[in-house]
Amino acid sequence: MSSGDGASQSSSKKSKKPTYSRFTQQELPAFKPILTPGLIMAAFVFLGITFIPIGLSHLSASDNVVQLVDRYDEDCIPTYNSNPEEAHNKRIQYIRDASTNKTCVRTLIVPKKMRHPIFVYYQLDDFYQNHRRYVKSRNDEQYRNPSAERKTANCEPEAVNDDHEPIVPCGLIAWSLFNDTYSLLRNDVPLPINKKDIAWQSDKTHKFGSNVYPKNFQSRSLIGGATLNESIPLNQQDDLLVWMRTAALPSFRKLYGRIETDLEANEVIKVVIQNNYNTYTFNGKKKFVISTTTWIGGKNDFLGKVYITVGGASLFIAIAFISVYLVMPRPLGDPSYLSWNKNPPSN
Amino acid sequence: MAGGRIRAKIRRSHLYTFACHRSHQLEEDETPDIQGPGYSRVVYCNQPHRHEQKPLKYCSNYISTTKYNFLTFFPKAIFEQFRRVANLYFLLAAALSLTPVTPFGPLSMIAPLVFVVGLSMAKEALEDWRRFIQDMKVNLRKASVHKKDGVFVLKPWMKLRVGDVVKVEKDQFFPADLLLLSSSYEDGICYVETMNLDGETNLKVKRALETTLPLDDDPTFKEFSATIRCEDPNPSLYTFVGKLEFDCQVSPLDPSQILLRDSKLRNTAYVYGVVIFTGHDSKVMQNSTKSPSKRSTIEKQMDKIIYVLFSLLVFISLLSSVGFIVKTKVDLPKWWYLQVPDSKGLYNPGKPLQSGFCHLVTALMLYGYLIPISLYVSIEVVKVLQALFINQDIHMYDEETGTPAQARTSNLNEELGQVDTILSDKTGTLTCNQMDFLKCSIAGTAYGTCASDVELAAAKQMVMDLDGQGQNGTPNSLKASGHEFVESEIQLETVVTAKDEEALKPAIKGFSFEDTRLMNGGWFNEPNKDVILLFFRILSLCHTAIPEQNEETGAFTYEAESPDEGAFLVAAREFGFEFCRRTQSSVCVREMYPSYQEPIEREYKVLNLLDFTSKRKRMSVIVRDENGQILLLCKGADSIIFDRLARDGRTYLEDTTKHLNEYGEAGLRTLALAYKKLDEAEYSAWNEEFIKAKTSFGSDREANLERVSDMMERDLILVGATAVEDKLQKGVPQCIDKLAQAGLKIWVLTGDKMETAINIGFACSLLRQGMKQICISTNLDALVQDSKQAAKQDVLSQITNATQMIKLEKDPHAAFALIIDGKTLTHALEDDMKHQFLNLAVECASVICCRVSPKQKALVTRLVKEGTGKITLAIGDGANDVGMIQEADIGVGISGCEGMQAVMASDFAIAQFRFLERLLVVHGHWCYKRIAQMICYFFYKNIAFGLTIFYFEAFAGFSGQSVYDDWYMLLFNVVLTSLPVISLGVFEQDVDSEVCLQFPALYQQGPKNLFFDWQRIFGWMANGLYTSVIIFFLNIIIFYDQAFRAGGQTADMSAVGTAMMTCVIWAVNCQIALTMSHFTWIQHILIWGSVFTWYVFLLVYGEMAYALRVNAFRVLIEVLAPAPIYWSTTLLVTIVCNLPYLAHISFQRLFIPLDHHVIQEIKYYKKDIEDGHMWSRERSKARQKTKIGFTARVDAKIRQLKGKLHKKYSVISSHAIPQQTLH
Repeated sequence: MSSGDGASQSSSKKSKKPTYSRFTQQELPAFKPILTPGLIMAAFVFLGITFIPIGLSHLSASDNVVQLVDRYDEDCIPTYNSNPEEAHNKRIQYIRDASTNKTCVRTLIVPKKMRHPIFVYYQLDDFYQNHRRYVKSRNDEQYRNPSAERKTANCEPEAVNDDHEPIVPCGLIAWSLFNDTYSLLRNDVPLPINKKDIAWQSDKTHKFGSNVYPKNFQSRSLIGGATLNESIPLNQQDDLLVWMRTAALPSFRKLYGRIETDLEANEVIKVVIQNNYNTYTFNGKKKFVISTTTWIGGKNDFLGKVYITVGGASLFIAIAFISVYLVMPRPLGDPSYLSWNKNPPSN
Repeated sequence: MAGGRIRAKIRRSHLYTFACHRSHQLEEDETPDIQGPGYSRVVYCNQPHRHEQKPLKYCSNYISTTKYNFLTFFPKAIFEQFRRVANLYFLLAAALSLTPVTPFGPLSMIAPLVFVVGLSMAKEALEDWRRFIQDMKVNLRKASVHKKDGVFVLKPWMKLRVGDVVKVEKDQFFPADLLLLSSSYEDGICYVETMNLDGETNLKVKRALETTLPLDDDPTFKEFSATIRCEDPNPSLYTFVGKLEFDCQVSPLDPSQILLRDSKLRNTAYVYGVVIFTGHDSKVMQNSTKSPSKRSTIEKQMDKIIYVLFSLLVFISLLSSVGFIVKTKVDLPKWWYLQVPDSKGLYNPGKPLQSGFCHLVTALMLYGYLIPISLYVSIEVVKVLQALFINQDIHMYDEETGTPAQARTSNLNEELGQVDTILSDKTGTLTCNQMDFLKCSIAGTAYGTCASDVELAAAKQMVMDLDGQGQNGTPNSLKASGHEFVESEIQLETVVTAKDEEALKPAIKGFSFEDTRLMNGGWFNEPNKDVILLFFRILSLCHTAIPEQNEETGAFTYEAESPDEGAFLVAAREFGFEFCRRTQSSVCVREMYPSYQEPIEREYKVLNLLDFTSKRKRMSVIVRDENGQILLLCKGADSIIFDRLARDGRTYLEDTTKHLNEYGEAGLRTLALAYKKLDEAEYSAWNEEFIKAKTSFGSDREANLERVSDMMERDLILVGATAVEDKLQKGVPQCIDKLAQAGLKIWVLTGDKMETAINIGFACSLLRQGMKQICISTNLDALVQDSKQAAKQDVLSQITNATQMIKLEKDPHAAFALIIDGKTLTHALEDDMKHQFLNLAVECASVICCRVSPKQKALVTRLVKEGTGKITLAIGDGANDVGMIQEADIGVGISGCEGMQAVMASDFAIAQFRFLERLLVVHGHWCYKRIAQMICYFFYKNIAFGLTIFYFEAFAGFSGQSVYDDWYMLLFNVVLTSLPVISLGVFEQDVDSEVCLQFPALYQQGPKNLFFDWQRIFGWMANGLYTSVIIFFLNIIIFYDQAFRAGGQTADMSAVGTAMMTCVIWAVNCQIALTMSHFTWIQHILIWGSVFTWYVFLLVYGEMAYALRVNAFRVLIEVLAPAPIYWSTTLLVTIVCNLPYLAHISFQRLFIPLDHHVIQEIKYYKKDIEDGHMWSRERSKARQKTKIGFTARVDAKIRQLKGKLHKKYSVISSHAIPQQTLH
């Protein structure tokens, strides 16, 4: 009994011994960087001298952008000289009345030469496209697949019309499609706005079906925004596609179209606006924007400024470190900084 | 076996003077009413089947320490999981995610919960399975059980039933609590080792009843039947009340007939017994308490952080709800495009409060990212991996027993780095319970050249120190010669280890004596050879051991009651006085004289044997030699013997006392030997009286016996003294030294005698000469008369006096040691006194509690734990340490020895005490820092991420919309940021293991909690807040209205969300890279791999049809990647987020470095190699100020000698000093 036991024990003993490997013994070769004064200074100086040029290039790119912003919602509605509440109601009445002509002409002067392509945007402020109820109110399968037109989950209350027929495209987002229209006149000559290809390519090819046509759209008593041409498939309705990409913030710009010719400085542009979209109930603003772009996109001074600030701060920190370090240098690995040397035991 | 039978014929009772002559009549009267409540157990011996049916229905001998079984695992484990508040919160969130209020899809809430709970449960199941395997190992041990007709068969322990007759052979454990029926000895005694129960190493004698003695052979059990009536199962180890009805006789039973489970049969060939208590009814199992689940301090503190975060969560949720209510009531009706109210009442301006409440629930779930669900699972994973590393550490593997270290629970890894007090058992933990005969003093001459560790070290140290001073010419500057200290220390270590190796060479266990004056007959030429002869004879005659001859080699081994005795006999054998035979009344010794070739066998008649008791502290034999001369040979504690010397017996007293002091200082266990010659008349007169006392009955019998013995043991003549080294476990003094330098306090709690404990204290350098010992004890005699109150008062006044004394002490080097015994401790641990006691104990450099019961060990542990509020670690090896192991914050068991109870109850198991150093100083230090950094970082990253969601809320009309895709949020914690944290928690090393060991002071960062204090935690939280603000606002401002691409497109919500998420991923991953100081390829892969994974994920996700629903289709390749502004924003935000932290750590490193920073730098510049002096100087300075341990002891000795030196310097030439010290 004992001998058999011993044999089995000794074999089990062997197997119990941890096998040596640098991994199990936690002795893997390791990179142990140390923040030496040189490295610290170098890092901050490096940040400084790279960030400032990057910032400057961003700034100059932003400077090259020419943009024109015109808020027209206040001016394109008749003024009502009554108490504010009544005026507010009258404005809403005006904007909801489909029969009135809401054409409104704005005159803009091009401040600087604008090279094509020049982008035309509409901007809405205080419009919560990011509200959860709004964001959820869509059904992408319906938009993509003609056989799924009855799939209107999440689309309430714009899921079905009064006859319980499904609305295509369903949901609040589509229902509230922006419907102001712009046309431009340069020196009273129409300046065409190209509205092709303003939506993302993937929306056209994947997200919205080429054989899904609008159906029962805006057929309920309450009409939200634009109507859609029922003979054009959804993926050709670029305005809808742009609108369906909900914005992140309550202030947003969306692409309206492109001007394919250059505009010279001091040219006068007339904008003929069909002021249909109701922002008056919630006191939202509407703006017409034309802007050129550069490699950083539209006008964006902020990014460049932050780059320069950070670069400057880095340089400042570097200088601060250097000067403090010059005053009280600490040789690296100086044992006198060890806690037992700093607070020597009292004996 | 044959030898055993021969031996068995000796009537052992003749060897015992007191213990075995019990008067049974007396105890019968004391037996309480056995039929009463609490005494209802009936055992029908040899009829085990009767106990399986009602009304008895005793439990089986199957033991189980598992928490669950197959059926209860699921309900119980799930219940355990959801007792964690966090898990309950997540469960609620998951349930709510099925309702319309949810901001996310249900999958993203349920999947992580299932994952987390599943993983924790899997870990529980694994740990329980291991326990089950361990239980089964015990349950399947085989015992020899009476089947029927006198046939004994082997059965597994678990099949044993009450009433079974079992036969247990030598060195086997008792499978259950047994009633001893008979043994291989005729008079039915047997020896039992109870080390597993109470830690006592000396063997206990158990004695069968007279009536059952005939049952000493297998066939006799054929017809055996008897009935036992006794007490019900209870945890008291030292009491038993019952009676046996056998052969129409009723005999009372007492504890001396009971063999307890988990004790071991020693020195007895076999015993028969009847099973009385099985399984969980047995005393040892009754004593075991459910192992408490322990949580580390960091984890408890983490709970507080979670509360803070939870408050923050509730606060921002309320804020968000209020915002929502206002928006819903005031603005929502105007927002025609939302068409409120909706049918579900979630957006109802008419009932804003109702909607607001729903929103509160939504918000609580949405901001749930502040409380990281993955934190728990990450910590579990990290701890399991850390535990694996502990298990795998080859430096904690014991070659001898073949046991690696084992982290039995992984909950407490980081607690190892914060230990303040170590409570250690002695036997089996500090010592290996083996004695080595090292020195002796005979006739006033000291023999034995083998120096003990301490002597050797101190001498070396002195020589080095003096040399150093001589060269430097600055005798008083310790600093100048600082490096010498260390160099010599290194040499010391090698000297000590070299000695260990040497000690292995002579394979004589228990004997390390070296002196040519005595060895190989050399003693014959000594001037005092008569006395030396007498000395050897005392060694070989005055004992109760039994020789056992090895049949192959013919050599004798001895089975002695205590290891000291064994060592003496081995020593006597080596000196040429081989004890070879014991008969009933005589002892044979083969005496070898240098003048003869052959040994002479002499027989000594043993007339009387006056036993050793802890009260008497001596034992004597009275023998008649071959010439008819009657001799009394006595050995005992020096103080006792010295009091009993005759006037003419004091010749060597002065020299011997001097030697004894030296031995004591060297940590050796000493005994004095003496003799006296008796003439026939004197002896017979005394013997008459002795027999009278022996056969008397009554309560004063013991006192009588003692008085009579005392009469005889007077007027002794001193022969000499012995010094035995209680062999410490390998590396114990060094380990204690290092632990003390790491600032740990070490208490010894032992069941052993005070003298032994003090000796060990010396050997371990917990005590040293010159340390003021405060012995607190109760006067035993007084205890009898005085009331308990008076005794208590006495203890209290002793404690107060000692405290006063310490307060008044001026000398900064003065060290105090508190030594207290178990009896006194019962008073000191009472509620009204324990705080005074604790205050005193904390003031003392070392504390030794002796004669403490297992329960007291636990109580002391609790007192230290609760009284000081510091973290305690208890280490022990036996069942008697279980209580303390369970009570302490961390319990460490010594594995590799036979008993498993301590290991089973422990959190960590190591094979040797010395591994504790590595376990604490290396693994503890690492694990503490890792976990602390990891948790801080975890909160940082979740705050950084979670708050961005909140900010977005404010811009989305508090509607509960998230800017991120559901999948981003799900993957953030699970995939994108979890692996780098885990790598931080598993692989981070501020300094490597060698440096940890070289600079024990680094350990203090843990107990001081430098890395997990509120300042640091809030600092990290503030960093998270800053990061969240930067990430959110920079992204929003950059992207919100302007075109972000040359193509004129503006960014929609998914683009902004993705850009923001990219910044989050980069920022937190760069942050962790800045936090780490140790990058192996694993860290690089995990950190940069996580960032890379994010892009891969975006690519893959962007191609999936699912992404169409959320406008995330091809979000990277079509929308973001072509936009330069996306990349430059990522760069900018990442840098801005990390800049303050970088500045902070740069500033800290440059101007207020912590210890590990400086050491890292020294290592980095290889200064430790270039400037070895500086390195070793710092190493020696890095020790915490301590008054215990080897180095402190050497320092103290040097100080003491320096003092002397100073006085003598002018008088005596300097070379005299080393001589003096080497003495």
